[in-house]
Amino acid sequence: MRLPEARGDLSAAVIEGLRSGQAVEVAHLPKLRDTDPLADEDLQLALTVCYELHYSGFEDVDDRWEWHPGLLALRAEMEQLFERALRALTGPQPAVGAAEIPAALTALTAEHDGPSLGRHIQSHATIEQFREFVVHRSLYQLKEADPHTFAIPRLAGRAKAALIEIQIDEYGSGRLPRMHAELFRTTMSCLGLNTEYGAYLDRLPATTLAVTNMLSMFALHRRLRAALTGQLAAFEMGSSLPNSRYANGLRRLGGDSRATLFYDEHVEADAVHEQIAAHDMCGSLVAEHPELSADVLFGAAASEALGGRASAHLLDSWAAGASSLRPVTGPGSAGRLPETQLPAGVAS
Amino acid sequence: MTHEPAQERRAATVTPYEDGPLLLRGDFEIVTPDGEHIDAGRPTVALCRCGRSRIKPFCDGTHKLIGFRAPADRQPTRPDPSDAEQL
Repeated sequence: MRLPEARGDLSAAVIEGLRSGQAVEVAHLPKLRDTDPLADEDLQLALTVCYELHYSGFEDVDDRWEWHPGLLALRAEMEQLFERALRALTGPQPAVGAAEIPAALTALTAEHDGPSLGRHIQSHATIEQFREFVVHRSLYQLKEADPHTFAIPRLAGRAKAALIEIQIDEYGSGRLPRMHAELFRTTMSCLGLNTEYGAYLDRLPATTLAVTNMLSMFALHRRLRAALTGQLAAFEMGSSLPNSRYANGLRRLGGDSRATLFYDEHVEADAVHEQIAAHDMCGSLVAEHPELSADVLFGAAASEALGGRASAHLLDSWAAGASSLRPVTGPGSAGRLPETQLPAGVAS
Repeated sequence: MTHEPAQERRAATVTPYEDGPLLLRGDFEIVTPDGEHIDAGRPTVALCRCGRSRIKPFCDGTHKLIGFRAPADRQPTRPDPSDAEQL
């Protein structure tokens, strides 16, 4: 992927630093502003750029930037704001015993009444809206499960075994065509979307970037490993039912079994994963380390809250008759979505 | 929760998860009564135990919508007095 367009002074400083190869020093950077960090376009994009250096990097950036002390110091400042905002949003979490962890996670992730992205997509979404939904999810789904792999060496015993049991399935038991990220690529392709990783980064708003940034922050800090397990459990527990609605929505719009496989697969897979994540991974982790229970629940609550905000942005934009994506910048066709119905051969 | 010693002893294990499905792990095959193979699709599967899944024999999470309750261990054979009205 290539470096995105800056969205303010902070992301401009990071992006220009990386592009030019000049040192990025915190002292020379604009003062971090006093806005809502969870919705700040500039901050969330700057964080995304910092984190992507740890995944597949940027074509136009020297890989050594991943461990550049100046950039890491800046990232730490941004993360402090981000984590503080996440903890303020979710409130203090209780310390609960290992036996109560699954029930506490279930309570945090219970479906509530009110607007639901899944129900809208199942029954009402247009093909344009479905494409937007897929574009929002693409920054994570094209590297699905990768953030959680960072937790493997940071867990031990039964919690580690449980995470690996989940990850093996996420990566299709090592068979490329069954890897979840590849199934998502197929869905994107069936929808006529660009499957190149990061192709739509410029179009993703802060609310969407914040979800992936939260995963990366939890993943890259051993200190937050319990939050990452709680996040994964919440993700899995809130997955089977919405994915069946996404699959139904795509079928209603003419998607064939190849196009809907990603969602159909997740209905079945995540019904397995949620049990393993809540009981075997989070339960075992807290049994071994009772002091981590509040962080497990923090991760789950943060995942629910940020996921909810990201979904609300889509629903609110569509209700207002607008696109949920940021406008296309520049003259090229990069980042533009197709305006056609499903390509011939996809409709069943 | 998984109990490794049991998995070591047996080729396959079935684990009931509280208020949820049965997880099937190990060397197993799922077949119809006629012996037709049912593709499990993954090394560990969740089998529906609430009866309401739309992808039986597999779990699709519907148990959470209907308030399904079942213990992770063997259910007591003597009914709880609080169940009397339902019996």
